[in-house]
Amino acid sequence: MENQKCKGMRDLLPEDMLRFRHIEDVFRTCCRNWGYKEVRTPTLEFLHLFTATGTLTPSMLSKVYSFLDWDGWSGERVVLRPDGTIPVARLYIDNLTGQELARLFYVTNIFAFEGTGKENRERWQCGAEFFGGDKLVPDVEIILLAEEVIRRLGISSVGLQLSHAGLVKALLKMLKLSRMEESKITNRILEGDWQALTRVKAANPEIQRVMTTLLSLKGKSSSFLHNLRASFPKASQDFKSSLEDLISITTLLDSLGCSYKIDIAAIHGFEYYTGICFQFLAAGEKIGGGGRYDNLVPLMNGEDIPACGFALYVDPIMKLLPPEEGKRVESEILVRGKELTSEIVGTCFAVAESLRDAGHTAELDFTDRKESSCRWVIMVSGKEPSLFMLTDCVQGRRRDAASMAEILKVVGEG
Amino acid sequence: MKDCQDGYIKLALPKGRFISPTASLLAEIGLGFQDYSDKTKQYRLHSTVFPRLAAKILQEKDISIQVAVGNYDLGICGLDWIEELLVKYPAGALVKISSLNYGEGSIHVVTSTQAGITSLNELSDGRNDYRIVSEYPNLAEAFALNLRMRRFRIFPVWGAAEAYPPENADLAVIWGKNGADMATKGLIPLKRLIPVTASLVANRESLENKDLSQILTCFSSKFTAEPQTSIENGLDISEKPKGSLPSWQPKEINMALPDGHQQVPTSQFLKHAGLALQGYSEEGMSRRPSADLDWLGIKVIRPQDIPLQVANSNFDLAITGVDWLREHLYRFPSSPVKKLFVLGFGAVKVVAAVSQEMPVADIHELRALIQSNKFAPLKVASEYINIADKYLRDNHINPYKLIPTWGASEAFLPEDADMLIDNVQTGKTLEQHKLKIVDVFFQSSACLIANKNSLASPDKKEKIGFLTQKLRGGLK
Repeated sequence: MENQKCKGMRDLLPEDMLRFRHIEDVFRTCCRNWGYKEVRTPTLEFLHLFTATGTLTPSMLSKVYSFLDWDGWSGERVVLRPDGTIPVARLYIDNLTGQELARLFYVTNIFAFEGTGKENRERWQCGAEFFGGDKLVPDVEIILLAEEVIRRLGISSVGLQLSHAGLVKALLKMLKLSRMEESKITNRILEGDWQALTRVKAANPEIQRVMTTLLSLKGKSSSFLHNLRASFPKASQDFKSSLEDLISITTLLDSLGCSYKIDIAAIHGFEYYTGICFQFLAAGEKIGGGGRYDNLVPLMNGEDIPACGFALYVDPIMKLLPPEEGKRVESEILVRGKELTSEIVGTCFAVAESLRDAGHTAELDFTDRKESSCRWVIMVSGKEPSLFMLTDCVQGRRRDAASMAEILKVVGEG
Repeated sequence: MKDCQDGYIKLALPKGRFISPTASLLAEIGLGFQDYSDKTKQYRLHSTVFPRLAAKILQEKDISIQVAVGNYDLGICGLDWIEELLVKYPAGALVKISSLNYGEGSIHVVTSTQAGITSLNELSDGRNDYRIVSEYPNLAEAFALNLRMRRFRIFPVWGAAEAYPPENADLAVIWGKNGADMATKGLIPLKRLIPVTASLVANRESLENKDLSQILTCFSSKFTAEPQTSIENGLDISEKPKGSLPSWQPKEINMALPDGHQQVPTSQFLKHAGLALQGYSEEGMSRRPSADLDWLGIKVIRPQDIPLQVANSNFDLAITGVDWLREHLYRFPSSPVKKLFVLGFGAVKVVAAVSQEMPVADIHELRALIQSNKFAPLKVASEYINIADKYLRDNHINPYKLIPTWGASEAFLPEDADMLIDNVQTGKTLEQHKLKIVDVFFQSSACLIANKNSLASPDKKEKIGFLTQKLRGGLK
């Protein structure tokens, strides 16, 4: 039969959902333990929410699912949420601005058109946002929180890469490009084409030197940044203060024993970020990222509230989970009726209910199929003296039982 | 096309502005379509030189879409319509082969001299909500996104986009010859988006799998380099437009009137009702006719666009067709547009029609035919996409595909569509094209519509009452 699913959309089957829920559970537990509160935003938002910041790239915005709502005669378009952070920032501005600090987390789907239909057009992410507070501590907090989630998920060989949006922006300013050119280069960088930057001929050889060094070197500790600071005494004030910011964060990370790689050119898609940017890589794939975005809330007509956050991408993480997470055997009990008489069916329902009340998973069955992954099978015969026959599928043993109490005792003992 | 399936090469040729230069080009390169001229009445042409080459004449807007969906292997149309599709679906099935060496003017982003916008930077820095009107909604959106405009709304229109600024739109994306041409309309070009040249396009799959080489060779001597597109550069807008500009002042009551076929009967009706207008008659039309009531502002736009513009409060009152009002209300059920009364002229029937060869007499038989897997999915061509969509859903036609058209839907049957949903006056055209009506939806004629909020407004109520009373007098 012809596949009836929309292009770029994905079904999550029971095994996928086990993995999905496992990721969600670990993420939720960690976030709650760090004092974050869960929120959920609507699937539909106004398009202007995403254009208002002026920071998302035209290429990203041209892939949103936008349309006129049933009352859209005013021309105001709505979109299927293309990003996780901006709706949460809107939720914060609309409802929680009074709070000095807001630690929020969410599990959400985001939508982006992808031309070939081979990649997912609906993607899931687990994200956390920190509104308010000073800068250094929240920056380090969200990195450590994200790292803890990844560690508890049991994903191995994960690399943490750090960059800094402020450094990149300062670098661009030093090039003194025309407005048009600067926005063009910014778009290229946001899409991951850092070479665009090296192709720009800097008028000043000193700037050329800063740029080449910065884009080619990769450091593994704050010492690297100290070296950079010493190498470029003539860099702009913006550049220096961004460098200081990155130095304080990495120094703190060093003292906490968190390993990372500083790679200015590794990051893309940091559209609304203003400070530290980071991403997590595993098996060559990006599994999460985040950063500081101090201008977002004010650009969305909120107060001047600094903020930072991260998101973990559920789809690539599902592929990286240790295999046992997709195949957890539930200790299920199959309650089977010997015949389809109302008396036996009624007894089966009652037995299953007692089992569920005792905390077991009980599934009813009136077919002849072979019991597969069950721990126990209880056959209800409806005939005295042994009303029930219990099969222990693991040990391969059978025994009769005369009462519900006897069943619960045997099953309870395992 | 039905009579030319295997091995036939199908070419879509444009109606309208490019018909005579395209006809000369085809004659010169020897494709053998003698009947292709601005006088031709037929849609289907066969080459006298290449026995396996067939062509159909379509609206330019339809050509890029028809080639993209694979109904045609090759097509000729303006670069504007090609880019309108490609900007939204760059990885789609439409491939630009080459520009041909004719065409005129460019697509510009314009504003009104009276809108107070002087530079592009102003658009990206500002926090204003800019309204952009265009026949090219995708190009308009790409422009707004590239400029990182913070807040904008795009109004796709069927035509007359140049008439909207400054009061009904801040910007328009329109075709224009040059700056001077636009200045005469009181518009300043802010940016030139693309030059409008005729271009040859192909369907990707045809190009990859079908031998089109003979035909492409004929065209090859005419291939020219893509004209310089100046997407990156702003225009010099320091030069202020000269000439007499249409003056515009805000009026208390605004009314929209239709252009096109409905213009003459509407102007006769208004005359009969005793509403004297200058610039809206059989002799000539201005986009802003003047009335002898100093509080009444009048604008002439496409009847298709009128209901939405009334819903937006751009107009308090308007004359349009019942068909376009219904099309609007199916899309926006809670729209604040209200029909006041039917004016009676310009009567048409909105119908569903199929080829005479299709063995069905009504929609029920057609449904049975589709369920038996013939004609599935049913391809339906219509100007009225919302009316068509509702009709097909209500009648449980499943599956179906809707092909939006810009007039002359009858040309699509039977090769490119199985059914049309369109308006008919006498039914003669349908008969000429060997089509038959399977359902009549409703009778449509001109009607007076109003914005409900305007009707309730204490400031406007009285004047609107005066005007509707006057127009009601015209019914006698």
